[in-house]
Amino acid sequence: MEGSVGYDNDLNLRATELRLGLPGTEPVSIVRSNKRSLQQVADDDCGVNGCKSDDQNETAPPPPKAQIVGWPPIRSYRKNNIQTKKNESEGGGIYVKVSMDGAPYLRKIDLKIYSGYPELLQAIENMLKFTIGEYSEREGYKGSDYAPTYEDKDGDWMLVGDVPWEMFITSCKRLRIMKGSEARGLGCGV
Amino acid sequence: MQKEMAYSFPDEVLKHVFSFIQSDKDRNAVSLVCKSWYEIERWCRRKVFIGNCYAVSPRMVIRRFPEVRSIELKGKPHFADFNLVPDGWGGYVLQWIAEMAGAYPWLGEIRLKRMVVTDESLELIAKSFKNFKVLVLFSCEGFSTDGLAAIAASCKNLRELDLRESEVDDLSGHWLAQFPETCTSLVSLNISCLGSDEVSFSALERLVDRCPNLRSLQLNRAVTLDKIANILRRAPQLVDFGTGNYAAELQPDVFSNLAGAFSSCKELKSLSGFWDVVPAYLPALYSICPRLTSLNLSYATIQSPDLIKLVSHCPRLQRLLVLDYVEDSGLEELASSCKDLQELRVFPSDPFGVEPNVSLTEQGLVAVSLGCPKLQSVLYFCRRMSNAALVTIAQNCPNLTRFRLCIIEPKTPDYLTLDPLDAGFGAIVEHCKDLRRLSLSGLLTDHVFEYIGTYGKKLEMLSVAFAGDSDLGLHHVLSGCESLRKLEIRDCPFGDKALLANAAKLETMRSLWMSSCAMSFGACKLLGQKMPKLNVEVIDETEPPDSRPESYPVDKLYIYRSVAGPRFDMPPFLWSMDEAVKILH
Repeated sequence: MEGSVGYDNDLNLRATELRLGLPGTEPVSIVRSNKRSLQQVADDDCGVNGCKSDDQNETAPPPPKAQIVGWPPIRSYRKNNIQTKKNESEGGGIYVKVSMDGAPYLRKIDLKIYSGYPELLQAIENMLKFTIGEYSEREGYKGSDYAPTYEDKDGDWMLVGDVPWEMFITSCKRLRIMKGSEARGLGCGV
Repeated sequence: MQKEMAYSFPDEVLKHVFSFIQSDKDRNAVSLVCKSWYEIERWCRRKVFIGNCYAVSPRMVIRRFPEVRSIELKGKPHFADFNLVPDGWGGYVLQWIAEMAGAYPWLGEIRLKRMVVTDESLELIAKSFKNFKVLVLFSCEGFSTDGLAAIAASCKNLRELDLRESEVDDLSGHWLAQFPETCTSLVSLNISCLGSDEVSFSALERLVDRCPNLRSLQLNRAVTLDKIANILRRAPQLVDFGTGNYAAELQPDVFSNLAGAFSSCKELKSLSGFWDVVPAYLPALYSICPRLTSLNLSYATIQSPDLIKLVSHCPRLQRLLVLDYVEDSGLEELASSCKDLQELRVFPSDPFGVEPNVSLTEQGLVAVSLGCPKLQSVLYFCRRMSNAALVTIAQNCPNLTRFRLCIIEPKTPDYLTLDPLDAGFGAIVEHCKDLRRLSLSGLLTDHVFEYIGTYGKKLEMLSVAFAGDSDLGLHHVLSGCESLRKLEIRDCPFGDKALLANAAKLETMRSLWMSSCAMSFGACKLLGQKMPKLNVEVIDETEPPDSRPESYPVDKLYIYRSVAGPRFDMPPFLWSMDEAVKILH
């Protein structure tokens, strides 16, 4: 990858370039192996240029065709438009918006990829960088200023965790991480 | 402020002359002639365009141009459209609004693209600018219908409200009812991005009724087909119309009502929307098709025969957006019917499917290039391409200004010869001398960049993915493309050498984005130190870049010229390489 093929013949970059390290040493570039796996899969397909699969120290087996982030380059709303059509026919993901009081932007998540509440809450914690408290049926979420709530099919705001998981994912329209007293208000009497 | 010069024009005369100069480039040139022209020009500049909101601070803009009435700002890098920029990256407009609220009481127009706009910002706009006329939020996010309600309620002379492709939190459809009865000034309303099932349709009808100058209206998906006729009869003067969903059970009276409503719109030239199309209702459009110049069917999941029928009624079509259901056969029909075609965009219906689901290949694009001599702008998603086809397209369409080709599988070679597609794209840049924008795909070596550097003298924006062999590729582009303003690269083996050798070039560009390439952290630091007029920003969501060896590659890199210095609002995953900023988190 740090190929010097024909490089110094074509350009006198050395004269102009900014360099790292002491003069006379070549900078060494280490590439994280996990980034190469997709490239390796693709390289194996290339015809004329030959395969470049020898560069890595680790030769990982080609991974299954994973979806590459951001490729093909299509806007989310276009994907969602096609997605919605497919959801209706194939039962695809259940996408809901996640908002957090005080945060300037919304997120979207697919409820179908989680197997239960702990996974979902962990994911939301990671995504929005905060902690949800301990859940108890009686007292709601304790130990944190935030409580995860959701709007159900009837338009009511419920505390996440109060209904069985399967019922939750079919009735949840959107999620909202409430802050402060509003959150505590929902903790009891649900 | 001015020197008295016997031979110079009075300020008033110069001001009057300058008022005819609208383009930013010309205005900038005027301001460089001499100090007094600089002074006069800056006091009478009314419109400011800021292509990167972090390139300059609000205070600096206000200081130089005290009498601005219209501002346009762009925030996130283009690759944010494809989820490559993490949430929370930035592009917040609030501080701009806050500063302008004090400095520009007469600000009338705000146009934003890829920025984060909160309800607080919208409320501030609503209460700060008494003469507010135009709000365009293109691909923005962060606000809800509450913010829109504030705009609707307060802006008495609102002319334009355009929310295209923005992400809006729909809390209630009743914001539309906030437009006061006295508001009759609307010329353009685009709410196509709203998902709400409860757009207050009666409020919308009344609004349309009382705005005789309404020229452009884009409804959202929730508005059903049966409602279209009501709207159109209230606004027969419309030039640009976006339907909601275009599906209903076929009923003769609904159909004839719709057809009649469309035919009463004698000015209608542009159509969009068309979610969930029932083909049987397309003939309702036939009466206006002969006048149509723009048709956006990119959400319409209708098959080629129906598309062919529709398109064959539109001989004046200049712009067509469509899904790949159109297939090669549909594009051949387009090529024979629509000789005025200037812009074509074909989107994939099944972007993640491995096997092609439709018969759309390079042949369709070749046919259009042959039949439509005025073709200027192309966006084309397909699954195979050949050098021969690209050469043919290049030769047929020397007037291309925008050419974006996306071959869905990365590194796909010429399907006939298995060669890289260097020669094909080379032909594009060689023949299309006015090419301003180019997106590459397929199997590409450093050679394609050599062609681009040699011939792409007018190229302003280049998008590259999964291409090239070495730094030589990047070097060709940076050293050869004289007009380059925006360069965005992902998953290419470009490292430190070319970037460091061409560091000065980066000051002549708006921005450079590189992700999943091979630029090392050490080189980023060096660049940041040596080039104070550049902001060099490293994005890494997993761990701080300085927790690894300096030779380790960075995940994402965004470099842009700026006179505002490093950002104040950096999120935790973003590190500035500016020497003045300590890397502390």
